[in-house]
Amino acid sequence: MSLLEIKHLSVQFETRDSVIKAVNDLDLTIEAGQTLGLVGETGAGKTTTALSILRLIQEPPGRIKGGEILFEGKDLLKVSNEEMRAIRGNEISMIFQDPMTALNPIIRVGEQIAEVIRLHENCSKGEAMEKALYMLETVGIRPERSMDYPHQFSGGMKQRVVIAIALACSPKLLIADEPTTALDVTIQAQVLEMMNKLKQQFNTAMLMITHDLGIVAETCDHVAIMYAGELVEYGTIERIFHNPRHPYTNGLFGAIPSLDKDVDRLRPIPGLMPDPAALPKGCKFQERCEYACDKCRENAQMFTEIEPGHFVRCERAVRGEI
Amino acid sequence: MFWKSKRETVKSLEEMTRRRSQWRDVMGRLFRNKTGFVGLCICAILIILVVFAPVFTSYNPLKQSVPERFLYPSSEHIFGTDDFGRDLWARILYGGRISLLIAFIAVIISTVGAIILGSCAGYFGGAVDQIITRVMDVMMSIPGLLLAIAISSALGAGLVNTALAIAIPGIAPGARIIRSTVMSIKDCEYVEAAKASGSKNFRLIMIHIIPNCIAPLIVNATLSIGGNIMAISGLSFIGLGVQAPTPEWGAILSTGKTYLRDFWPLVFFPALFIMLTILGFNLFGDALRDALDPRLKD
Amino acid sequence: MLRYILKRVLWVIPVMLGVVIIVFTITYLTPGDPVMTILGSGYTPERYAAKAAELGLDKGYFGQLVAYIWNIITRLDFGKSYNSNIPIVQEFAARYPISVSIGLLSCMLIAIIGLPLGILSAVKQYSVLDYSLTTLALIFAAIPSFVLSILGLVIFGVKLGWLPVSGLDSFKSWILPVLANTLPGVAGIMRMTRTTMLEVIRQDYIRTARSKGLKESVILRKHALKNCLIPLVTIFGGMIAHTTAGSIIVENIFNIRGMGTYLYSAILARDYPVINGCVLLIAFVVCVMNLLVDITYAFIDPRIRSQYEKKRVTRKKITTTKAEVA
Repeated sequence: MSLLEIKHLSVQFETRDSVIKAVNDLDLTIEAGQTLGLVGETGAGKTTTALSILRLIQEPPGRIKGGEILFEGKDLLKVSNEEMRAIRGNEISMIFQDPMTALNPIIRVGEQIAEVIRLHENCSKGEAMEKALYMLETVGIRPERSMDYPHQFSGGMKQRVVIAIALACSPKLLIADEPTTALDVTIQAQVLEMMNKLKQQFNTAMLMITHDLGIVAETCDHVAIMYAGELVEYGTIERIFHNPRHPYTNGLFGAIPSLDKDVDRLRPIPGLMPDPAALPKGCKFQERCEYACDKCRENAQMFTEIEPGHFVRCERAVRGEI
Repeated sequence: MFWKSKRETVKSLEEMTRRRSQWRDVMGRLFRNKTGFVGLCICAILIILVVFAPVFTSYNPLKQSVPERFLYPSSEHIFGTDDFGRDLWARILYGGRISLLIAFIAVIISTVGAIILGSCAGYFGGAVDQIITRVMDVMMSIPGLLLAIAISSALGAGLVNTALAIAIPGIAPGARIIRSTVMSIKDCEYVEAAKASGSKNFRLIMIHIIPNCIAPLIVNATLSIGGNIMAISGLSFIGLGVQAPTPEWGAILSTGKTYLRDFWPLVFFPALFIMLTILGFNLFGDALRDALDPRLKD
Repeated sequence: MLRYILKRVLWVIPVMLGVVIIVFTITYLTPGDPVMTILGSGYTPERYAAKAAELGLDKGYFGQLVAYIWNIITRLDFGKSYNSNIPIVQEFAARYPISVSIGLLSCMLIAIIGLPLGILSAVKQYSVLDYSLTTLALIFAAIPSFVLSILGLVIFGVKLGWLPVSGLDSFKSWILPVLANTLPGVAGIMRMTRTTMLEVIRQDYIRTARSKGLKESVILRKHALKNCLIPLVTIFGGMIAHTTAGSIIVENIFNIRGMGTYLYSAILARDYPVINGCVLLIAFVVCVMNLLVDITYAFIDPRIRSQYEKKRVTRKKITTTKAEVA
């Protein structure tokens, strides 16, 4: 049994004048201790997927339309609120994108860590604080600073505190939503390195959400590429990096500079993602795809296994035409 | 010189299209907002009633008729008559002219004052800012209605004096809004660019900075009309605003108070109109604020 | 911190000086001769000169202003009422406590009713409860307090005869004036609390708290409430200052011998020393409340607190570097 199995997940946001389909029929699997990278542009539905796992989608306007999220075989969409609270922060926890706003500005950081420990680990206030200090030390912050408030910390340090909160109860699954996007490049490397180390130390599985393929290469075992609410390619990191098949994945690689290849110009993907309130018929990527044919405009594409463990949602790639 | 003017034209064209579509968005949001639309309708109906008062009533609001005192509402006098036998509907309509007119004049005075003081403080900074801000601090430490009462007791009753008395306490909050807006945009690149290309201070403030303050200004002005109506009727109620026999809602209400035990229309109708006006402008102002700043809503 | 408080306290002085000058100038420029008013038909040039000298009105603008300020500072003497000839301070001592008790009672009620309703309305956003509460608040915010007072007076005082209509003799007689002050305030505070709370519960740190697995009630109490209350301190400070000043309108309608009626009769009689004194007293209370608000902020909001602490530290650093250079 996999640690986390998402089946046919669909999430919508319903506003007065439109229905935005943020996630459509998404399947994902994460094994215990492994890291899955979820890659895509802004607005592809990555964060929505992550928030659905924890059932933190704001309702209204958001709504989980259907599907299953099986965590150790239990469907998280069906458990009671109480059970869900026991899972949040304890078995599944999340690191948010913007560390600047993720911490409560008027509560001391030590207390913000101790709070989650006290909640899930049946221990006294003193023990919880002791563990909180240990966690601070683990993420590389002097324990004396536990009495400080978030505004006294730099962005990188705040993100370390957020990570300490997320890992405080040794969760089985850690969802990291662009954990380094808001940080300086030098700090990014430090934080990533620390997360890798801690992941091993706590033997935590991780869902790494990012739009940075460099981060994926450094941290992940598997990669899922997401476009306009659905997965377009999935496979092990080697497969995806050495043999990307979907035109969108190819486009992503074409848009990053490389040191060892001699390329005159980067090749950005032309155009924009389709309006999620008015998705095209057929393949969602057709408007930006240089290989699009009439069939792509007509038929919805199937997510097909083209080699063991490597799935692609592109008919032409499946037929070997690309 | 040519390149500069050309670049400026291009820039202002871009800005104009951006602004136009922005306004369309704002209008769209405004008209979708149901409560805001109700508020707009209330305001519009009131303004039409008041401006075209002679169309809606044939009575003279000042004409007394002793035998017709204290008549209850009937088909002839739809709101009844007052203690001098004057038609109450006519007095409410013509009184609304006075109330709304004073409210609007006061808003204009305080907005202009706020623009001048706020933009000078925000734009020049330094000592100018210090002095203006301190004076505003002083003004704000006297409660608005109290300051209005003090001023109107000093100036005496009358339309313009009442407008002034109500406008002056309204300057400080508006000036604060403008000052902070100006400070936040004066370092924007396009203002820097205009400064670098030698624009005069006055021109800069008028052309580049004021248009950017318009949104908060409009919201502030709309929301303060309700407060002004309340203040005007309050002043007249205690006998400091508009004097008899000029009809004014607060003044009518004040006479009505005397006869309250036995004759309700003289209190009920002016009170109703005061409430409706304040409600209308508040609803509209709230909707306007939400439409101009969609972040705050949903 | 102490330094900051001291600075804020000292700041009251120039503001009050400004208020004195504004108020004094307004009444000084007002047309009309108080000496003539007082003497009335008993006017003779000698009596006029004597009265003017007695009131200190024979000096010029600056002389009068300086004398006025000097008397207040040294002897707490605001002068005497032109009409009754009673020292203004004496009237203050009798009347201000009445207005303050009504005002504080109203403020307490406003907080007790308005805050929870606003929070409830924000937490249950889009529910029937939220819609009915916001509608009620909108309507009450549009009713001027004098309309509310008269309505209460007629319905409960005259028609039903449940409550007394004037004075403050019994417990019952407090109900109507306090309510007339309270209801519009409740509406305002409720709306403001709702907006602030809505803003707070959309913050990322509330989502973080949810992701920890905390109960909604705990999130509300521990994470949202304090963040919501901090900005409301300013509004409450202003409200207390303004309500305790006594409402001219409400006190008049219910015939209460507080600051409001005092000021009102002074205005009608053009009794300028009284008008000046009342405005000064009220402005002083507003200043003190603003001061308290600022200090409260510095204590409850760690961001502001450390701002002042940091300032001190950096200042120290600068002086040491200067010393090193020297």
